[in-house]
Amino acid sequence: MYVYDEHDRQMVAERVAQFRDQTQRALAGELAEDEFLPLRLQNGLYVQRLAPMLRICVPYGMLRSVQLRRLARITRDYDKGYAHFTTRQNVQLNWPALEDVPDILAELAEVEMHANQTSGNCIRNTTTDQFAGVQSDEITDPRPYCEIIRQWSTFHPEFAFLPRKFKVAVNASEQTDRAAIRLHDIGLQIVRNDAGDLGFRVHVGGGLGRTPMVAPVIREFLPELDLLTYLEAILRVYNRYGRRDNKFKARIKILVKALTPQGFAEKVEAEWAHIRDSPTRLTPEAIQRIQAYFTEPAYGELDNASDLLAQQRFENRAFDQWLQHNVDTHKKPGYAIVSLTMKKTGTPPGDVTDKQLEQIADLADEFSFGEVRVTHQQNVVLADVRQDRLLELWQLLGPMGFGTANLNTLTDIICCPGGDFCALANAKSIPVAEAIQRRFDNLDFLYDLGEINLNISGCMNACGHHHVGSIGVLGVDKKGQEFYQISLGGSSQHDASIGKILGPSFARDEMPDVIAKIIDVYVNKRTAEETFLDTYRRVGIDPFKERVYA
Amino acid sequence: MPDIIFRDGTVHQNQWVVVPRPDAGESLDIPENRRALIPADLWLAGREHFVGKAHIGVWFDSHDEPEILAGHVNELPVIAVNFPKFSDGRGYSIARLLRERFGYDNELRAIGDVLLDQLQFMKRCGFDTYELRPDKDIRKAAGALNFFSQGYQAATDTDLPLFRRRAS
Repeated sequence: MYVYDEHDRQMVAERVAQFRDQTQRALAGELAEDEFLPLRLQNGLYVQRLAPMLRICVPYGMLRSVQLRRLARITRDYDKGYAHFTTRQNVQLNWPALEDVPDILAELAEVEMHANQTSGNCIRNTTTDQFAGVQSDEITDPRPYCEIIRQWSTFHPEFAFLPRKFKVAVNASEQTDRAAIRLHDIGLQIVRNDAGDLGFRVHVGGGLGRTPMVAPVIREFLPELDLLTYLEAILRVYNRYGRRDNKFKARIKILVKALTPQGFAEKVEAEWAHIRDSPTRLTPEAIQRIQAYFTEPAYGELDNASDLLAQQRFENRAFDQWLQHNVDTHKKPGYAIVSLTMKKTGTPPGDVTDKQLEQIADLADEFSFGEVRVTHQQNVVLADVRQDRLLELWQLLGPMGFGTANLNTLTDIICCPGGDFCALANAKSIPVAEAIQRRFDNLDFLYDLGEINLNISGCMNACGHHHVGSIGVLGVDKKGQEFYQISLGGSSQHDASIGKILGPSFARDEMPDVIAKIIDVYVNKRTAEETFLDTYRRVGIDPFKERVYA
Repeated sequence: MPDIIFRDGTVHQNQWVVVPRPDAGESLDIPENRRALIPADLWLAGREHFVGKAHIGVWFDSHDEPEILAGHVNELPVIAVNFPKFSDGRGYSIARLLRERFGYDNELRAIGDVLLDQLQFMKRCGFDTYELRPDKDIRKAAGALNFFSQGYQAATDTDLPLFRRRAS
C-alpha cells in the first residue's frame, strides 16, 4: 500500500496548517460563511442536521491497522465513539466540533491520512474494486493508477472550483465491476488492446442523483502513459463548459448529454491534442515507482486447504454458509478474501464503534498483513487470509458483529445516514433498513433468493445508490410526511442500468410487506438459474406492479 | 483605487482601471490619461486603433473564450481575467490557456472576487498580479501566495510535476 514520502508529508502538513488558519479566520469573522464554505467542504467538513460531519478520505478504500486505531482514538476523543463507512469507501464522523477539526486533521496527518477533497465542487476520492490486487481475473492492479490520480488531483490549481463535484473510479476486472465505474463522472476500465498494450476505456458522464445516467464510452482505448493528460483535457472541458447557472444541471453528465457523447469526445480530443505531450504525460518510471508500493505481501508458499476446509464445513453448517457467502477466491493458492459485513440487524449499515475499529485493526494484523479495504457496500475486506485460518477467524467474527453471512443478499443493504443525521435527507433510511432486515431474518431463505442488492437513499442525492439497487428505495417528502418510492432493476456492474420506478410511494411501516411482495413475485416467476435481476429483466416490471398495488 | 499584489507578495499602486462592458447601443468609455482595461472582444474589434497603445489592455469575463485573442496576446501589456464569484473556477483555465497555449508573456491579472485563499491557485495558473477584494487584509497576501511549498502537478509555474522531480 502507498506510503508517504517527504513530499506527501509536507503537503498534508501544510494543508492542516492552512485549514487551521482558515478556521481561525472564519471563527474571527474574517471569512464570511459563503467564503469559508468551499474551504471547509474541501477539508471534509459539512454542517449537518445535528452537528458538523467530517468525511475522512480513505484513498481507494485502503487502510492500515495503525490508521484504524487512530480513527478509533479520534472517535473517542472528539466524537461519540463511533464512525460510519460511506458508499464511496470513506469514513465519516457524525459529531465533531468545528473548532476541533484542525486538531483532528493533524492527528490524521500523523498516520498519513487526511480529509482533502472529500466534499465540495472538486475532484473527490478515486475509488476502485475492493478486491484489487488479490483477484485472479484482473488485467493489472488498479490501485497504482488510483494513487497516480490521487496525487494529480490533490490541490490541482485549475480544478479546485469546478461546476460541481467530480468522482473518478477505476476497474481492472473484465468479469466484474465492483467499483461501479459507469456511474461515475469518469469511469476508467483497464484494458489491453489488440497489440497487448495496457490502457483505459474511458467512460464519462455517469452518475446517480436527480438525473441518473450510465456513462457512455468516449474513448475505447487510452494508452496508459496518457492517463493524466487525458483526464486534464476532460476536466478542462468540463471546467469551462459545465453549467454553473443551475446546481442540478451542473454535473458533467448534463454536459455530455447536451453535447452528445460524440460531441463531448470531440471537444476533449481537440483539447487533448494540445496537451498530450505536455510535462503531465506520465513516464514508465513514474508508474513503476508507484507500482512498487503495491507489491504482494510476504505470502507463504501454500497449497489450497481444500480438504481441511471441506471437513470443517461438513462439521459446521454456519461456517459453511459464511464461507460460501462472505469468502471469495484469492489469486494465491492457500489464501482467501474475507468480507466482514457491517450489516448486523439493529446497527445502522456501515456504522462501527471505536472498539470495533480496534478489533478490525487487530484482525488485520493477525490475519491479513495489517491492511483492510473499505467497500462501497459499506463492508470491510480482509484481503489476504490463510485458508487454514478461516475457521479461527470466523469464530472471532461472530461476537464482534462482523460475521453475519449475508454478503450480497437482500439484507446486505447499502444505506445512507438518512434523516437521522443528514440535513439534506427527505426521510429516514436507517429504520427502513432495520425493518427489512428484521423481516428477512431467515438466512436459508436469503441464500435461496441469491444475489439481490437492496439500496436505500434518504433523498434524491442518492448516497445510498438506490438507482442501481436490484431493489432501490428512495425517501421522499410528501407534505411533510416521509414516504418511500421503490425502483426495480438497477445494476452498477458491467451491465449497469438505472432502476425503473414501480409506482406511487409507501409509508415506512408498509415497507417490509411491500418488499416481501416483490420477493414473492420473483420467487414465483424465476427459473432455476435466475437471479432477481435476470427475472426482472425477463418478465419486466408489470407483474411486480400488479402484485404490489393489487 | 485599491492596491495590487504582485506574485512575490509585494503590494504596489494600481495603475489600471477596468472599463466595464458598455450597455447595448452605448460606446466604450475609455478614461483620459489613465491606463485602461477594456473587454477583450471590443479590443479585437478595434484592434487597428488600439494595437501598440501601451495604456490599453483587456479583460476577459469568466465565460469568455480566450481563443479569440490567439496570435495577438503579446500585443497587449496587460490581460485581466474577471472572477465574478470566487467559486467560479473558469478563470483558472483561461489563465493557463493564455500562458501555455497562446504564449502570453506580459502581465496577467486576476480581478473581481479575488480572495486570499485562492491566490496560490491563481499564481500556479499563471496570474502574476492580483486585485484583492478591498475588504480583505492585503498584508496576509504574501503568506497566502506561498502557503504550499510545492504541488503535485505541472502547471504554468512549473514544467516538473512531482512524479518527474521524484525521478531526478
